[in-house]
Amino acid sequence: MTALGSWVHAHPDGIHIPDGDFWIDPSAPRDRALVTHGHADHARGGHGAVLATPETLDIMECRYGPQSGQPVRYGETLRLGGVDVRFVPAGHILGSAQIVMEKDGERVVVSGDYKRRPDPTCPPFEPVPCDVFVTEATFALPVFRHPDAADEARKLIAAARANPDRCVLAGAYALGKAQRLILELRSAGWDRPIHIHGALQRLCDLYRAHGIDLGDLRPVADAKKADLKGEIVLCPPSALNDRWSRRLPDPITAMASGWMRVRQRARQRNVELPLVISDHADWDELTATVTELDPEELWVTHGRDDALVHWRRSQQKKARALHLSGLEDEDD
Amino acid sequence: MRAFAELLERLVYTRSRNAKLKLIGDYLRSAPDPDRGWALAALTGELSLPGVKAGVIRQMVTERVDPDLFAMSYDYVGDLAETVALIWPAPPDAVLDAKPEALSLGETVERLSRLTRLDAPAALSAMLDRLDASERYAVLKLATGGMRVGVSARLAKTAFAQAVDLPVEDVEEVWHGIDAPYPALFAWGAGDGKRPDARGLPVFRPFMLAQPLEGEADLSDYAAEWKWDGVRVQLVRAGGQTRLYSRAGDDITGSFPEVAEAFLREGVADGELLVRGAGQGADAHGGAAASFNALQQRLNRKTVTKKMLAEHPAFVRLYDLLIDGERDVRTRPWTERRARLEAFAEGLDPERFDVSRLITAKDFDDLARLREGARESAIEGVMLKRRDSEYVAGRKAGLWYKWKRDPLTADCVLMYAQRGHGKRSSFYSDYTFGAWDSEGGLLPVGKAYFGFTDEELAWLDKFVRANTVGRFGPVREVEKTLVLEVAFDSIHESTRHKSGLSMRFPRIARIRTDKPAAEADRVETLKALIV
Repeated sequence: MTALGSWVHAHPDGIHIPDGDFWIDPSAPRDRALVTHGHADHARGGHGAVLATPETLDIMECRYGPQSGQPVRYGETLRLGGVDVRFVPAGHILGSAQIVMEKDGERVVVSGDYKRRPDPTCPPFEPVPCDVFVTEATFALPVFRHPDAADEARKLIAAARANPDRCVLAGAYALGKAQRLILELRSAGWDRPIHIHGALQRLCDLYRAHGIDLGDLRPVADAKKADLKGEIVLCPPSALNDRWSRRLPDPITAMASGWMRVRQRARQRNVELPLVISDHADWDELTATVTELDPEELWVTHGRDDALVHWRRSQQKKARALHLSGLEDEDD
Repeated sequence: MRAFAELLERLVYTRSRNAKLKLIGDYLRSAPDPDRGWALAALTGELSLPGVKAGVIRQMVTERVDPDLFAMSYDYVGDLAETVALIWPAPPDAVLDAKPEALSLGETVERLSRLTRLDAPAALSAMLDRLDASERYAVLKLATGGMRVGVSARLAKTAFAQAVDLPVEDVEEVWHGIDAPYPALFAWGAGDGKRPDARGLPVFRPFMLAQPLEGEADLSDYAAEWKWDGVRVQLVRAGGQTRLYSRAGDDITGSFPEVAEAFLREGVADGELLVRGAGQGADAHGGAAASFNALQQRLNRKTVTKKMLAEHPAFVRLYDLLIDGERDVRTRPWTERRARLEAFAEGLDPERFDVSRLITAKDFDDLARLREGARESAIEGVMLKRRDSEYVAGRKAGLWYKWKRDPLTADCVLMYAQRGHGKRSSFYSDYTFGAWDSEGGLLPVGKAYFGFTDEELAWLDKFVRANTVGRFGPVREVEKTLVLEVAFDSIHESTRHKSGLSMRFPRIARIRTDKPAAEADRVETLKALIV
């Protein structure tokens, strides 16, 4: 008897399915790539053909230009070689999908990046029972427990209201995190304009084109310094301490990231107002998901694979690390 | 507990000193007794809870959490209290059902202080079960000590002093004579108690400091002494105990046992801690001492080896006397204190103590000539002390002056730049510069982050961004074209830079856009300045 999932080959630069003649999230150009979601560490340019959700393809075109691709809707089944393939929601960002593969009665789910908490910008993670569950482990240490994102958004609003002579500058990943944060701010009652760094503009426009209402967004470049007092400004994390921020009135530096849970990490980045908001599953979500799906084998792509594999094995279940490279997420 | 946890939480993320002072001050004004006293003790590092040590906390947490997962988490987070606060699992439902009563900071400290090694794990667990992550962090920080919130003991005392509108020097002075949670201190601060008394205790008194001399001084009003390049210390002996304090008021007795053991007269003296050697000064200046570099081998050591004591024996060159026996002489004029100091020193071991020699000069011009020779004698400069001055804390105008020798300068080439902190966080404001070696390459000789104006900083920042040739994390390497005139007090051999040199007090004196990089100074030229 062959080993479970022996038709799924993990390489440092992606997951290869020879029988279906395709790769999942390859980091080098391939003839046929299945892409779980639009973040740059999963979706690279230069592939021959890209199979992804329509939203993910749009994101890739926005970043890399036209793609020769095939949109695949959630739930639609394709047959690639001898493998049945289906994309189901992962709850990570707009268009994010898990890739469910079946061959000879074995089901392998590559979940990409995912979370279990509600996110108004994408449908929730759909648990699919399987023989092999391939998971990420970005926040797989029991110190990572993300609080309610709505409370974090309220902190941001409170800081803006308490400092009428300053502005609050929040760093947020340009794809996904920024738009989710905007919606959290809206539902927490912030209906003033939100000012955004130029690097966020096109992705916000794209979200809008997909029917997500982000309210009144304005480019920072158009505002006078004095007019930004008491306002909320969003930028990519890399711009937080850049000279771009000198145009702002004495900004309070905030950052929306799961890493903000650890004080010294926030201090290292000169953050004054840490917002623990992540698009990745935290420790409880990861362990609850694995427990719920209870796969024969757990394969861990990247992150704290040591901790997650240790935890799973301590329950006398099979687990192993795939050691995929290039997937570290320092800014989420 | 909530308010204290919130204070710590906010201090962690606050960088500005003034903002920190305000946060602490607001807390001390609004919190009730004895909470605020315990908070002040925690922030000044004076709170000790012997029953709850790191070992107890580890034992407690591994009863609830897989030890391997805990070890991996601790390794990542790097701080025991924070790791445990974050990892602490939700308590069993039974505990949550029992309505958690809110423990005050005072009650928390009181409970923790009653714990023994034996009952601590269970009691602390029960306590943590009733708190959220941020309160757990505060409790564990209280237990382990060392808040790691970027607040020194001095800053916490300053915050208290400002909150009650007292000079921080007065607070420093009574500090070592009072005990947490400091009811006498708060009563005094509120104006309904008398100043706490420190007599008979080996406590720290704030230092008198000097201003840089601008202009001239009349030597009939001012006495002159050499300025020694060591560490300013205060020697205190009272009630049979001796302590050595640094300028910041830190107890450094343990680092210099040979000095403490030899200070056997009751009183308080001010002086310069030096080590024996030939690096600075000579007999003509009242005795040679080793350079500051040699003294550095002895600084910040918790344990002192016999070898260190033998190779770098320390002594103190005395400057002043604050308390003579039991008599506080700080309000007496300098001339009287000086006479008392000389008599006081008679009774001390001359191996460990001498009195800073006065400079004989006819007039100010004569003194200026003597100062000219300071560099050659490897002396930092001269001090001027008003003959009728009292010993007053801080840097008060007109009493004491320091008149350093003129700085050395060198033309160096900018090599690397790094971003600063706080208001400078978007500016490349820390500069590493180099000099040419014999093979035509540049070797770093120093690093400076002040000396320039705001306009010059903006210019330098722009230069760095426009001329970046490499990036290493927060550091940028630049095109080696810009010459900086660097001023520094002295230069020494060091292993810190590849050039084998290190500068004391380097600062950017001028930006030399007029000078081609090839004409900047050579390492050899700088080496010749080592004395």
